Amino acid sequence: MTQDIYVVIEHIQGELSDISYIMTAAAKELAKSQGGSTVGILLGSGVEHLKDNLALDRVIYCDHPALENFSSDAWKKTLIALFGEYAPRVVFFGNTTIGADLCSSISAHLDYPIISACQRISDQGLITSQICGGKIMADSQISDKPTIISMNPGGYKPEEGQGGPPGETLKFQAPGLDDLKVRLVQFIEPDTSDVDISQEKILVAIGRGIQAEDNVELAEELAELLGGTVCASRPVIDQGWLPTSRLVGKSGKSVKPELYLSLGISGATEHLEGITGSNIIIAVNSDPDAPIFDIAKYGIEADLFDLIDPLLEQIEAAKNG
Amino acid sequence: MTEIVVISRLVPDLVEELEIAPNGKALDLAWLRLIINEFDNHAIEQAVILKEKIGANVTVISLEAEGVEDMLFTTAAKGADRLIKLTGLDEEAKPTNQSLAQSLAELLKEINPDLILTGVQAHDDLTGDLGPQIAEFLDLPYVGYISGVSVDGPLAKTFKEYPGGLLAEMEISLPAVLGIQASEQPPRYVAISKVRQMMSTASIEEQAIGDLDVEGDFVIDRMYLPEATEKAEMLEGSEEEIAAQLTSILQDLGLL
Repeated sequence: MTQDIYVVIEHIQGELSDISYIMTAAAKELAKSQGGSTVGILLGSGVEHLKDNLALDRVIYCDHPALENFSSDAWKKTLIALFGEYAPRVVFFGNTTIGADLCSSISAHLDYPIISACQRISDQGLITSQICGGKIMADSQISDKPTIISMNPGGYKPEEGQGGPPGETLKFQAPGLDDLKVRLVQFIEPDTSDVDISQEKILVAIGRGIQAEDNVELAEELAELLGGTVCASRPVIDQGWLPTSRLVGKSGKSVKPELYLSLGISGATEHLEGITGSNIIIAVNSDPDAPIFDIAKYGIEADLFDLIDPLLEQIEAAKNG
Repeated sequence: MTEIVVISRLVPDLVEELEIAPNGKALDLAWLRLIINEFDNHAIEQAVILKEKIGANVTVISLEAEGVEDMLFTTAAKGADRLIKLTGLDEEAKPTNQSLAQSLAELLKEINPDLILTGVQAHDDLTGDLGPQIAEFLDLPYVGYISGVSVDGPLAKTFKEYPGGLLAEMEISLPAVLGIQASEQPPRYVAISKVRQMMSTASIEEQAIGDLDVEGDFVIDRMYLPEATEKAEMLEGSEEEIAAQLTSILQDLGLL
């Protein structure tokens, strides 16, 4: 085993994902206390240039047609072969739709311990994880075995992992990738006929607290009055009360409005990662411990249904006054 | 007939206050209110939808915990055919997912399903995700963040979610394990009377599960409630007063 800290670089449709920079920032932080070099693993086809802005010491690049688009099967086989040769100390994966398909199965395959949902690395090299929708934190020490860390988006800013180019690029020969059990048929692009919430200046966001489909129109009324648009966290979309194009957070969009007025959203990690670019967040929630209050500028502990009528009236009056 | 197994877990209800165990290194399980893991609920719905479309035998497996019988009977009311409760677990400590996956893999080999569905994540997991670990111990393919599954002969056709609303249509050779993000339709509601009926007509099989590892290979130094460095400025008063403060904030920001 070396002391080196590895980062499994993610990209979708030829573009580097921000989580790659975030993991790079975490790997650099861990290297300060643990020692070792930071090494990126880049799998793909014709994407060697994606390494150029990553602040890593080295990159191992593996080029193969079967690695062009993410397939959990092809990527996993390649990574297992690669770890057999390079014996990492720590490997970072994204707690993302790509990384999460890989890290737990590779952990089981190689018997590497895995620590989930890492948010930050402490100065002493402790891994701080955020679980239970952001309501519980855990500090863990990595053991003397090679260890996998699943990294949340949002713990570091992408800029903290930017720099490069890495000093050296090594090539890795992919193992046999013929008999694959997971195959991409096609990408289906998001519906662009709806409003693009990532470009909106004012967003009224609703979550589980909206309770029923009929209540969505209250939020729409408020959004209209403010000249904004309604968006939502996952539970609202899963119920089919708003289209997927209005989803904010993991699997949805990252937004950067002037005002993000959140109604009945507790602020699970997957949601918060999509709203950190907002200028002002104002949150209404009946739970005083809701994690949304940790990142909001103004908070209101209230039942949103008690607040919304007086709010509509006063905004209306202010606009007419 | 297609054989589908759903692994369903109970997790802490985040609406309730969570407490840390006296040792400062785990959640205090004694006072937790448990509810079904939301993603597992979607996995159950997806299994029942597949059963209605293609005909399938649906088995739901869950771990012994307070409320698990109600949860299992509810899945039967939705359409599950066979209910299994795993018993003999340490009541005071959560097992690592790796040891749980290993034990489940043994049980799953006996059932020999075509499709194993489980929620893509559980919010209280600190030792990896269960679905991919089960897949690995069974040497099966795994794909997660799935919203929508159909079965076409030896293949599962699925939609995998990526950020920004992008979807990937994927084909996966069966048997396979899928991590469900969302079912095609929202999880159905079942009337309490139907659940009660199941309590008298359906039965829950019990399977003892061996000693599971609760320690894991890394050391949890400390578990704690988050210490927010910056907390929101809370607006206080009656609803009318709060509405007035909020309106004036919006005016100051030039948003009205």
